[in-house]
Amino acid sequence: MNPIKKLFDNIHPYVEEGGKFHAFRSLVDGFETFAFVPNTTSRVGSVNIHDAIDSKRIMSFVVIALIPALLFGMYNVGYQNALACGKLAEATFWGMFWYGFLAVLPKIIVSYVVGLGIEFVVAQWKNEEIQEGFLVSGILIPMIIPVTCPLWMLAIAVAFSVILAKEIFGGTGMNIFNPALITRAFLFFSYPSAMTGDATVWVAQDTIFGLGYKATDAFTAATPLGDAAQAGFTGFTPETIQNAITGLIPGCIGETSVIAIALGGLLLLWTGIASWKTMLSVFVGGAATGYLMQALGLTEIQWYEQLVLGGFAFGAVFMATDPVTSCRTEGGKYIYGLIIGFIAVMVRVLNPGYPEGMMLAILLMNLFASLIDYCFVQSNINMRAKRATIK
Amino acid sequence: MAKVIKLRKGLDINLKGKATRETASVSCPGEYALVPDDFTGVKPKVVVKEGDAVKAGDALFVDKLHPEVKFVSPVSGIVSLVERGDRRKLLSIRVKADGKQEASQFDTKGDVKALMLESGLFAFLRQRPYDVVANPKDTPKAIFVSAFNSMPLSQDFEYVLEGQEAEFQAGLSALAKIAKVYLGVSVKQTAKALTEAKDCEVTIFDGPAPAGNVGVQINHVSPVNKGEVVWTMGAEEVIFLGRLVKTGKVDFTRTIALAGSEVKAPKYYKVLVGQKLTTLLDGTINAEGARIINGNVMTGLKTTAEGFLGAHATEVNVIPEGDHADEMLGWIMPRFNTFSTHRSYFSWLFGKKKEYVIDARIKGGERHMIMSGEYDKVFPMDIYAGYLVKAIIAGDIDRQEALGIYEVAPEDFAIAEFVDSSKLELQRIVREGLDILRKENS
Repeated sequence: MNPIKKLFDNIHPYVEEGGKFHAFRSLVDGFETFAFVPNTTSRVGSVNIHDAIDSKRIMSFVVIALIPALLFGMYNVGYQNALACGKLAEATFWGMFWYGFLAVLPKIIVSYVVGLGIEFVVAQWKNEEIQEGFLVSGILIPMIIPVTCPLWMLAIAVAFSVILAKEIFGGTGMNIFNPALITRAFLFFSYPSAMTGDATVWVAQDTIFGLGYKATDAFTAATPLGDAAQAGFTGFTPETIQNAITGLIPGCIGETSVIAIALGGLLLLWTGIASWKTMLSVFVGGAATGYLMQALGLTEIQWYEQLVLGGFAFGAVFMATDPVTSCRTEGGKYIYGLIIGFIAVMVRVLNPGYPEGMMLAILLMNLFASLIDYCFVQSNINMRAKRATIK
Repeated sequence: MAKVIKLRKGLDINLKGKATRETASVSCPGEYALVPDDFTGVKPKVVVKEGDAVKAGDALFVDKLHPEVKFVSPVSGIVSLVERGDRRKLLSIRVKADGKQEASQFDTKGDVKALMLESGLFAFLRQRPYDVVANPKDTPKAIFVSAFNSMPLSQDFEYVLEGQEAEFQAGLSALAKIAKVYLGVSVKQTAKALTEAKDCEVTIFDGPAPAGNVGVQINHVSPVNKGEVVWTMGAEEVIFLGRLVKTGKVDFTRTIALAGSEVKAPKYYKVLVGQKLTTLLDGTINAEGARIINGNVMTGLKTTAEGFLGAHATEVNVIPEGDHADEMLGWIMPRFNTFSTHRSYFSWLFGKKKEYVIDARIKGGERHMIMSGEYDKVFPMDIYAGYLVKAIIAGDIDRQEALGIYEVAPEDFAIAEFVDSSKLELQRIVREGLDILRKENS
């Protein structure tokens, strides 16, 4: 018999009802179902065979899709640090990567420990299995905050969103808002100076274990969108846009590189985890609105620049396509995506106070997703009612 | 030329162990059983005592609410056991066959419905809504018969039909005296007895499973609206009716498929409804760690070799149980030999020809509905399956009605339940929903 299987079999009596460590049932159960596909077979009266897909596999693949953007984000943290300190010439690739790695790792750990900790407790309390949804949220959250965000803020924000945006609704699958975006929104409205504003938050400014460089006092590094929101902006240089595509610009940890996001996006589309309908229509909505705004003379930013800058691509690929919080009807997905793209660019262009609009656009549409679905479902209901001869 | 309806939604699951076109007979002495649970929605009232002698076609129990609906013995013999379970629930009535197979003679001249009620054939009619045994007091809008089953490892009705074409036609003609009959035929079926059947409207369906489900066919031909009733009958049961009309005697002989990866030589067997499964399974399957399914792998009930062939079962499937598989790290391993519709596995790489052995594991924990559109991809009706399931879980009866619960049966959700990544027991949920709705509406 498999020794790991044996280990779990030995632990079982302790965590079962009445066992000494019953309080850890959900924890053990969580680890066991990750180590082994459950041997539970289907009950009498349900279908006898099942597809091998389950939510663990789906969530794991989303995490895999996020890895290119995460690794690039780590590198970019080091790169931006070296750039801001004027030491780019002497910095090595691995030096910059390890610096970024050390800057980002604590955020991932805090996010997972706080979030999964709450998940374990809730699963134990409700006597359910642990839901895998936070595996994705837990990695998304560090990727959509500035690198300088203090860990304690992150911990509070994660706890807030897991409890109030997810668990009180009943857990993964029942939530209305995307928990990762709620985390970011919480940070944004509670600690605005740590999230945006004086353009010092986007680049790490201190050394970590001797890696990286210490910035001078007069240091600022705004995101390109932040620059564009300033008076006197006359359009981006081609270098800026090129850097935005490769990802070598200041910004949230995971959102900068369009190429890395595209790699993840392709995996999500290929596996069918993300809906191409939603993803495509977010880009179409953003491009159309960007084109319109530029044609009307409201902004100097070209339509394609809207799509590659800031959190637009990241939001379109990883956030808008969240199956739980987006529209569930196929027709609704088009409308949902188009409006997200539209609002995101609207906020960017027409709101003088805030250069970025993706987070707010997606959260707003999370709220309206059910309404869009309602219209589609209702038309089906009406069709059926019309067909009926008696009321 | 019959109308062709093309269906795109659905999924054909290619399982190992399909039955070859070859029929064996098995000797069938011993006990037979009629199981009331096979006839959904019936409250059984036993009308025989242990020790009574019965002929094939004599009632064993009737429906308490409609005593004219009789459930008859498939064999002649002695009633050996009236088996009851908790709270005296009737589990089965066993008849020990005498080997003579004497059958009661029925008068075939009169009304077809009266004949069917008297001879026990009516019990094989099911109705939509609710997917229960039909109520003789209803006037159905139509009677639907599906001449093919698209589920994996199912019986090939065209093969079963060979040599019984006249009986099948007689059965259809008899049904046509009750209501308009619609026959659903697969595009792959070419037998004239099907494509050119008389006294019925033939519709040809082209598409993956569950296109053979009569519910899907009803939805595309003449959907059930609120207040309407349609009846359905299994294709082989139409042959039963044909035999009865022609001879005045009941003959519940079926040609069932014994199929599945754990069957040594999958083929067809001539059996009687209610026959003991040991007569079929002795020596023909790898019994160690096998799951024996009374009926189809997608819709049938798990049973043991000691069980009895279900009243509606057109096949017996045997697959591995798999409860000692101990498969490690399923969330990340490639699992090349595992079938999945999901592209995070590699089934797409091997094409549609590869046959899979799928065991009975659920392969995941039950979750809330997370992914969207999973059911709709394999649910070829104009119904929002996910929303309907949610309405049933929430117990919202008005919404269930509005979303079309009257048109569905649990079996229509079988493929959706197979692909569901949240592992919800859809067929069970729908069955419970239908039962509650039926209670509320009666």
